[in-house]
Amino acid sequence: MKVLVAIKQVPARDVPVEPADGWIRESALSWEMNEPDAYALEAALRIREAAGGEVIAASAGPDRVHSVLREALAKGADRAIHVEAQGEAARGLDPVLNAALLEAAVREEQPDLVLAGLQSDDTGAGQTGVVLAARLGWPHATLVVAIEPAEGQVRVKRELEAGWFQYTTLPLPAVLTVQSGISRLRYATLMGIKRAKTKEIRRLAPLPAAASGGLRLAGLAAPRRARQTQFLEGSPAEQAAKLVEKLRFEARVL
Amino acid sequence: MSGILAILEYGPAGWHKMSFEALAGALELGQATGAGVTACVLGHGVAAAAAEAAAPGAAAVVALEHEALAAYTADGYILALEPLIGELQPEWVVLPHTYQTRDFAPALAARFGRSLMADCTGFSLEGGTPFFERQLFQGKLSGRFVFETPGPNFVSFQAGAFRAARPAAGATPVTVRRPEIDPAQIRQKPEAPFREAAQAVDLSAAERIVAVGRGIQEEGNLELARQLAAALGAELAASRPICDNGWLPMDRQVGSSGQTVAPKLYLALGISGAIQHVVGMKGSGCIVAINRDPQAPIFEIADYAIVGDLFEVAPALIEELQRSSGA
Repeated sequence: MKVLVAIKQVPARDVPVEPADGWIRESALSWEMNEPDAYALEAALRIREAAGGEVIAASAGPDRVHSVLREALAKGADRAIHVEAQGEAARGLDPVLNAALLEAAVREEQPDLVLAGLQSDDTGAGQTGVVLAARLGWPHATLVVAIEPAEGQVRVKRELEAGWFQYTTLPLPAVLTVQSGISRLRYATLMGIKRAKTKEIRRLAPLPAAASGGLRLAGLAAPRRARQTQFLEGSPAEQAAKLVEKLRFEARVL
Repeated sequence: MSGILAILEYGPAGWHKMSFEALAGALELGQATGAGVTACVLGHGVAAAAAEAAAPGAAAVVALEHEALAAYTADGYILALEPLIGELQPEWVVLPHTYQTRDFAPALAARFGRSLMADCTGFSLEGGTPFFERQLFQGKLSGRFVFETPGPNFVSFQAGAFRAARPAAGATPVTVRRPEIDPAQIRQKPEAPFREAAQAVDLSAAERIVAVGRGIQEEGNLELARQLAAALGAELAASRPICDNGWLPMDRQVGSSGQTVAPKLYLALGISGAIQHVVGMKGSGCIVAINRDPQAPIFEIADYAIVGDLFEVAPALIEELQRSSGA
């Protein structure tokens, strides 16, 4: 089975994100693989290990996305595709545009299955996989926590709300968006990292029809404070003493 | 283009409680822009439920009734809703940001060439134009978005973004329609939903909760959180990544994919405060956040904040609690 995994590169989790000129100060950031996409990659690698086939990692954005593609190759992806996007198109803010960029890779490769994380840690719209399916005319399932490929179809377990689950079966080719935690993530081995250097990252131009879905970011700011927050200063012991006193006599919750 | 179409969620278990929050959001948007609201309910045997969507102020209610909609499928919902939206030509389509909405609404919007404005926390008017807000970068920043496209434009509202309207039978007549659905076009073949196991821990009943996040770094450090919970007489809970790693069972998870809690005291230990976690605990009485990152969004909703190393603060806190309770 040929599986294409859509991977987004996002700002690293523990780095501050500052607004600048209608967007964020990208030069101040370090970048990492979107964690839900790492789970999608893991699911794809396990499908190949169980059933054979090929895993192709695809990412859209500027040249910096090569680092997440190399990481995917080091973890075991066979090949990678970089769909080139610059400027506003590379911000990943508009779900229809994100999907349209990745569509170029899917049309080129014609995989049996496309996997993506259920959402991104930067913009968090949770739509890329679903919109990609709609653009391709393929069926899709979201919030997938288990994947059982079969001849011409795939049976998946979906997470519903409040502890409920459901199996559903869809014909191939299909798009699945994978829930975090579907299986333990593997680390790249030294051998994997070495091998990745010889694997191919192919560049693709976006399809001519790749356009936005109409959302424009008009402003970006620190979130509004929902409560009057008291910051407790001092050494850890002083902070602890202040907190216990506040909880006991001000909030009265102890 | 005129009007607002509010698509509500009604399933085998009845109304999704966010349906009436989204309807309230649609009504507020309607009041602000002078647009009338049509509420829509779809499924099999939903006519009686649809009547309950009338009372909060919807100008019209449409029930899409079809046996092929008895079990939810993304394809079935899109087949039913796309022609209705094409016919009504609403300026906005409003939905509750539920798991089900996340499954079909992006594809429905894409049929109209539109992106869904997902997980929106509210809107404000500027020169008569609504600007919609949502969080970005795990809650570190808040973005204001505007639609550059003519209707239909699609918005889903986050849990708690609006105070729920009350469902009640109203005077507005319900139009029951049978959408044209060829069941052969529905490609997803769903099986019956099931529960994995009875939930062992009911966190919603806890008066105090200590919740741990990524900041705890490794499984062995959970013992520190356990000791703090014991010192506070609290239940131990976690954000999703901790449960994904298998360090705590899934039934200890607080957030959109776990439990929703509102204890008297919620102490967040090394939790950044991503939106998926915050929706599950923001109703807590008193929120304490301990995190080394001063920009962590958890501090936006905290009553008491300690910026610092949890491995120094938590032991100090345990000692202080033991000392002062013995005194």
